[in-house]
Amino acid sequence: MKLALWTYEGPPHVGAMRVATAMRGVHYVLHAPQGDTYADLLFTMIERRTERPPVTYTTFQARDLGKDTAELFKNAARDAVARYQPQALMVGASCTAELIQDDPGGLAEALGLSIPVVPLELPSYQKKENWGASETFYQLVRHLVPKTNSADAGKAGTSSTPAGKDSHSAIANILGPTALGFRHRDDLQEIETLLAAIGVQVNVIAPWQASPQDIARLPQAAFNVVLYPETAGQVASYLKRSFGQPHTTVMPIGLKATEDFVREVARLAGIDPDQALVRAYQSAGSRAGWYAASVDATYLTGKRVFVFGDASHAIAAARVAAEELGFTVVGLGSYSREFARELRTAAEVYGVTPLISDDYLEVEQAVEAASPDLVLGTQMERHIAKRLGVPCAVISAPVHVQDFPARYSPQMGFEGANVLFDTWVHPLMMGLEEHLLGMFKGDFEFHEGAAASHLGHGAAQIAMPPSPPSGAGVKPETSPSMPATQAEQAVHDAQPMASREQFMPSLQWASDAEKELGKIPFFVRGKARRNTEKFAVEQGLSLITKDTLYEAKAHYGR
Amino acid sequence: MNAPLATAREGSGYAGPSNGCRLDTGGDGLSAVDNPLPEVIRERGQREVFCGLTGIIWLHRKIQDAFFLVVGSRTCAHLIQSAAGVMIFAEPRFATAIIDDRDLAGLADANEELDRVVDQLLRRRPDIRLLFLVGSCPSEVIKLDLSRAAERLTARHLPAVRVLNYSGSGIETTFTQGEDACLAALVPQMPASPSSDPTLLIVGSLADIVEDQLVGLLGDMGIDRIACLPPRRADALAAVGPNTFFILAQPFLADTARALEARGAQRIAAPFPLGVEGTRRWCWAAAQAFGVSEQVFAHTIAAALQRGKKALEPWRERLSGKSVFFFPDSQLEIPLARFLSQELGMRLTEVGTPYLHRSHLQEEIDQLPAHAQISEGQDLDLQLDRCRALKPDLVVCGLGLANPLEAEGFNTKWSIELVFTPIQGFDQAADLAEIFARPFVRKQRIAGIPLSESGARQRIAIRAVQAL
Repeated sequence: MKLALWTYEGPPHVGAMRVATAMRGVHYVLHAPQGDTYADLLFTMIERRTERPPVTYTTFQARDLGKDTAELFKNAARDAVARYQPQALMVGASCTAELIQDDPGGLAEALGLSIPVVPLELPSYQKKENWGASETFYQLVRHLVPKTNSADAGKAGTSSTPAGKDSHSAIANILGPTALGFRHRDDLQEIETLLAAIGVQVNVIAPWQASPQDIARLPQAAFNVVLYPETAGQVASYLKRSFGQPHTTVMPIGLKATEDFVREVARLAGIDPDQALVRAYQSAGSRAGWYAASVDATYLTGKRVFVFGDASHAIAAARVAAEELGFTVVGLGSYSREFARELRTAAEVYGVTPLISDDYLEVEQAVEAASPDLVLGTQMERHIAKRLGVPCAVISAPVHVQDFPARYSPQMGFEGANVLFDTWVHPLMMGLEEHLLGMFKGDFEFHEGAAASHLGHGAAQIAMPPSPPSGAGVKPETSPSMPATQAEQAVHDAQPMASREQFMPSLQWASDAEKELGKIPFFVRGKARRNTEKFAVEQGLSLITKDTLYEAKAHYGR
Repeated sequence: MNAPLATAREGSGYAGPSNGCRLDTGGDGLSAVDNPLPEVIRERGQREVFCGLTGIIWLHRKIQDAFFLVVGSRTCAHLIQSAAGVMIFAEPRFATAIIDDRDLAGLADANEELDRVVDQLLRRRPDIRLLFLVGSCPSEVIKLDLSRAAERLTARHLPAVRVLNYSGSGIETTFTQGEDACLAALVPQMPASPSSDPTLLIVGSLADIVEDQLVGLLGDMGIDRIACLPPRRADALAAVGPNTFFILAQPFLADTARALEARGAQRIAAPFPLGVEGTRRWCWAAAQAFGVSEQVFAHTIAAALQRGKKALEPWRERLSGKSVFFFPDSQLEIPLARFLSQELGMRLTEVGTPYLHRSHLQEEIDQLPAHAQISEGQDLDLQLDRCRALKPDLVVCGLGLANPLEAEGFNTKWSIELVFTPIQGFDQAADLAEIFARPFVRKQRIAGIPLSESGARQRIAIRAVQAL
């Protein structure tokens, strides 16, 4: 049993719903109690879908448990097929129904329906949402793609097909985009355009808007483009084993990765990679490279960034941060344990300790300890960053409604690189502003209590975090009350609380140090104070003087 | 203060659920004593409603030193954070102890694990005074005895923390019934009333601002012993006894009412304080029970009544004659429908409610127009068919249905806003009306914009909107 305040992924049947909702012509009968219908909201509200997800819930109640929940399931399945006329029926159980062991797959088979039934076994007490999506996609492919014999396997492009000789080799499936996916809608559009530009035809896109008939046609492509390993990795491996279809391994996020992707696709398609790159740039380019090289981007150099998310987005983001924006990666982590190995390999490149965790409080501690200038993470890390007063941008699920913008906003491809530049750099103080604030700190009009000048003289003063007179931490507004007694304080000290600063009662700030701290621009003052206190503790000091402040600064080299 | 007049009336013959299964409605029949309703549609098919766990979202804001620990699956954790709008508060006073495979293997281990999780939680949160272990569908199915766990943990953690339990599971509770289960768990903790002076107990979670208004009004008319359940702090739990007269502020509190009656308290029958008329009758029921004269009553509420009526007028003009359809959700449907019909002149089509408590809703049902079609329970697809056939001007429904219905051309009002907004009382009546008017107003303001990505094919049509 695990204490969870927030969960990065939903249960696995939500992953199954993401696949079913993305597709056309399928219906999902989910043996589940009424409360599970909350999941419909995720699609109709966060993703603003104009249709209900194609899911029928059996909504059995306590009084049904003694009687015939199996009958309930069969009736629900029969009615759903009659009403919605799907081409294929997915059946499964959510966490509660798993406990009553009704065997939805067996029950559905017993109905003798004329359409294929795809039973889903999604262990709710072990697995999570992304795994559920991946497994569902895989089961759909297993059930809907006709079995081949070895003769047919040659129909698809195999690794022995000479590059460029077979025009059939420039046909690919695009695998991975689901409903409720982080920018899947726009990534897909970007990659479709890119493939068209380099001369690759698309056979099937799945699960996004694929019908069961489309799934059956998957083997007709020469290779697979895997946009999201989390949802399509398993299917891609299966198609490779069974139909000899190779697949891409590069996730095209960032300029360099996009170029790598273009070359990889070209090789798989039997197209000259340099030619492909030329065609790609002719059709679209990106300003992100020039912007990153321009003078106003100099201040980005060495900015400390903490990266967290699902493994493939986190790994891709770290590369962009380091190699395209000149940031310093000070933390890299993921909640996707299935991809821990890939994440660890990437962390080694940046010389950081990998963080494999789905405990958001652990992540918060790690972010705090790293003192980054920027957090690139999920909606969870966005809130961590807000509370710590650190700029942030969202790069991965878990998502909220903001992550489904009205505008076209991919993460992938050339436009994706533009989007990344804008969204990651914008939260940071603009370079010139940072210089000016540094130059004019202490100015009689330009102090931290002043309101923003464009708001006029009547505007209320902005409440700035005060320079702490003692070693006490600054209380964030939403934190629970501070411990009142000594005993509670000891308890408080013993457990690092996520919602508070580290409380060090034995550390004192001398008045000259306080004054000096006040001269540091407010937007880095918190970090300066923390670093100084950390340094003092490491040095075994109990009094922080002005010298301590500057020694700490030199020590941390910033 | 005068002794109360006649003892509080209440409907006799409770045609309610048996043995803790709140959803048991079908086939139980009506009590012969109650007025039978004309053809209530009763359905048992797919329900599209929240489970009782969602009550945690407002209850944890209301009881400020309580913590709600769901013992359940990742689905439960995901539901609460999705319904709570994801991360509004970085360390909230609710959490889930997520059950895993190892816990399923043996209940003895599961109990040890639960104790460990609670210890971990309470070490982190020394400010908590009251911990609720909240049962879920999985914990119910595996028969994890949370009441025993609560006793065990209370013995360990008193005097700092008291541990109680209730079930918010969706196989037992629908949405607001989660509050019923929570309050019912508090009732046995209420100390026995030491005096015999009649006390009014307002039962049901209200926004603080509304609660203060109503308590203020009742106090002004001479009822000076008033308490509220739930309290704002765990140590402020009121006393209860035969001198307690309770009035329900919410229509979903069957078990809580029963528990209070078991402690000797008596229910004051009343409609619910929604709208000007509803509030007036609710206050009058309390006033009568406490011997307040008509003159004093009228004088006390005069100003609020007057401004409430005045504020409602423009909304009545806008909404009068428009038809409305309710999908079941919070059990507020019947009193809301009564308000819309009686005070705003709207035409009721179908009023769906998850569960209809005859005696608690009697005063509301009596005021519904004869043509109103009530349905209890749900079969979602059939109900959607009926709604489409009726083509109502406004559909009140949950967020899983709202956007799809909008895309079909319906005007919708998303129902959960009604649970999270202060809507009771004289001074909120116009706010309540505005909530129902807003979808019409919005449609008029943005009329003509193309709805579909491919251009102008679909535009918002203004359906039967009067000149404003």
